[in-house]
Amino acid sequence: MAVVTQVLGSEWTKIKSVRSTVWTLGVALVVTVALGVLISALVNNEYDRMSVRDRLVFDPTYVSFTGMGLGQLALIVFGVLVVTNEYSTGMIRTSLAAVPQRGIFLFCKIAIAGALALAVGMVTSFLTFFAGQAVLDGHRASIGDPGVARAVVGGGLYMTLIAVFSMGVAAMLRGPMLALGILMPFFFLISNILATVSATEKIAEYLPDKAGQKVMQVVLTDDTSPYGPWGGFGIMLLWVAAALAGGYAVLKKRDA
Amino acid sequence: MAGRVPGPYREWMIELEDLSKRYGDRLAVDHLSCTIRPGVVTGFLGPNGAGKSTTMRMMLDLDSPTGGTVRIDGKHYRQLHNPLRTVGALLDAKAVHGGRSAWNHLLCLARSNGIPRSRVGEVLDLVGLTPVARKRAKGFSLGMGQRLGIAAALLGDPRILMFDEPVNGLDPEGIHWIRTLMKSLAGQGRTVFVSSHLMSEMALTADHLIVIGQGRLLADTSMADFIARNARSFVLMRSPEQERLKDVLSGAGITAVPGASGALEVSGEDAAHLGELAARHRIVLHELSPQRASLEEAFMRLTAGSVEYHARTGTGG
Ligand SMILES: Nc1ncnc2c1ncn2[C@@H]1O[C@H](COP(=O)(O)OP(=O)(O)OP(=O)(O)O)[C@@H](O)[C@H]1O
Ligand SMILES: [Mg+2]
Repeated sequence: MAVVTQVLGSEWTKIKSVRSTVWTLGVALVVTVALGVLISALVNNEYDRMSVRDRLVFDPTYVSFTGMGLGQLALIVFGVLVVTNEYSTGMIRTSLAAVPQRGIFLFCKIAIAGALALAVGMVTSFLTFFAGQAVLDGHRASIGDPGVARAVVGGGLYMTLIAVFSMGVAAMLRGPMLALGILMPFFFLISNILATVSATEKIAEYLPDKAGQKVMQVVLTDDTSPYGPWGGFGIMLLWVAAALAGGYAVLKKRDA
Repeated sequence: MAGRVPGPYREWMIELEDLSKRYGDRLAVDHLSCTIRPGVVTGFLGPNGAGKSTTMRMMLDLDSPTGGTVRIDGKHYRQLHNPLRTVGALLDAKAVHGGRSAWNHLLCLARSNGIPRSRVGEVLDLVGLTPVARKRAKGFSLGMGQRLGIAAALLGDPRILMFDEPVNGLDPEGIHWIRTLMKSLAGQGRTVFVSSHLMSEMALTADHLIVIGQGRLLADTSMADFIARNARSFVLMRSPEQERLKDVLSGAGITAVPGASGALEVSGEDAAHLGELAARHRIVLHELSPQRASLEEAFMRLTAGSVEYHARTGTGG
C-alpha cells in the first residue's frame, strides 16, 4: 500500500522538476494580469461615452478579470501536461510500478497540481483585480464593497477548477495533442459561440466556464440566468467531478 | 514447477499461475505457469513477440491479466507495502520524463516509496551516472538511459529484480558490467529475472531458463541441464556395417550411442582418430562428421514452431 503523504511528496518533486510548470503557470499569470490592465484602461477611456444603461450595469471587478479568458488557456495547458506527460514519456509505467494504487496516484497528482494552480490562481486574481482597479481610476470597485471579495476569491477558484477539469479530461484521453485539441477550441471558441447565438444561449449557461465565471461578477442587474454566483460555481464543480470520475475510471480500467 | 511451495520458501519467489493475456483475438500470453526462485539468475527467453514484456508488465500489475494470477512473495503486486522496496524493475529504459534530471527522476521514485534521499546518490554512483546526475535525461544516450533504468530498479534495495532486455544499447563494457551485477545480486540471495532473446547471452548469465514461444511455456530447466542436453559436440558415424563398427569401437574402449536415423554418435573422440580406427578394421564409412550443437541452435529448434516473424534466409525473394 502506498502511503498518501509519500505520494504527495513524490508528485511535488515531479511537478517542480519540469520546466513546463513554471512557464505555463507564469504565462497564465502574466497574460491574465496584463490583458486585464489593458482592457481596464481602454474601458476607463470609454466610460464617459457609455450610455446610462451601460453605466448602470458597469462591473469594474469583472472588467479587470477580462484577461482570464485568454489566461485560462495556459492553465489548460498546465493541467493537460501534468497528466499527459506521464503517458507521452512512458513515465506512467515507472510511476504505477512505484504506486500501484491508481486512485491514490491520480488524486495525489491532481491534489498537488490543483494546489499549485490554486496558489497561482489566487495571486493572479488579486493582482489583476488591484492592478485593474488602479487603472479604472474613478470608476473602481473596492475590495470592501459588497460581493467584491467573493468575486476576487472566486476568480482564483475559477482558475483552479479550469486546471483541474483539464487534468480529468487529460486522464481520460491520455494524449496531450488530443486533450489540447479538444479543450482549447472548446473553451476559446465553442463556448463563446454557443453563448452568442440566441438559440444556444441557454445551453451555454450550463457549460463549465460560463457557469463558473458567474462567481466573478459583482453587478448582476442585467442578469436572467437561473443561478447565482455560487450556484454557477456549483455547476462548474459538477463538471469537474464528472471529469475526474471519468479520468479515474479510465486509469483504473485500462492497461498502462 | 507451478505448484505452491509451503512455508518460508515462498518468500522472494514469483509465482505465475495459469497466466494469460489476450489482445483482441490473439493470446499474447497463453496459460503460463512457472515459479521464479531466489538466489539464482533466471533467464526468460523467447523470440520477438513471444510475450516476455507482456508477462513482465502483468507481474507489475501494469497490464491486467485476462486470466490467472501472479504472486510475489505470496501476494499480489498491489498488496506490497512500498513495492519498490520488494521489486525493482527495468522494463523500458525510455520510461523517463526527458525534461527531468536523473537525480530528480530517482528522487521522485524514492519519495513515493519512503526510500531515503541518500540512496539516490548511492545508486547513481553504482551505475556510474554521478557525473551527469543533474543533466536532463533527454540528452542521455541509449546506454545511459539503460543505466538510469537499472539505477531505478536498484533504488529500493529490493529482494526481487526484473530486467527486460537490460543489455539493449550497452557497449561491451556495459554488458560485462550488467552480467556481473546480475550474478552478484543473485549471489546475495535475491531473485533475479531477466529477459532476452539471445541464448548466447543467457548462457553466460543465467542459472535457470524459462523459455516461451507464442505465449506458451516451452521449457523450464536449469541452465546446466539445458547445456548438457543441447550443447555437446560429438562425431556422427554412419556405416553399412553398423554392428561391426559398434563392436570395434567398444573394443577400443569407446562408447557409441545410437543417434538420429540409425547413425552412431561418439563423444570425446576426434574424427581423425575414429576414421583411422575404422580403416584399420576395413569398415566402410558413409559418414564421419564432427557435430557441434550450439545453444543458439538448440534454442531455435525449441522455438521453431512458435517463431512469429520468420525472416527469409538468403537474399532476394
Ligand atoms: N498493448 C498491446 N496491444 C496489442 N497487442 C500487444 C500489446 N502489447 C503486446 N502485444 C502483442 O503481444 C505479443 C507479445 O508481445 P511482447 O512485447 O510481450 O513480446 P516480447 O516477447 O517482449 O517480444 P520482444 O522480444 O520483441 O521484446 C506481440 O504479438 C505483440 O504484438
Ligand atoms: Mg519485449
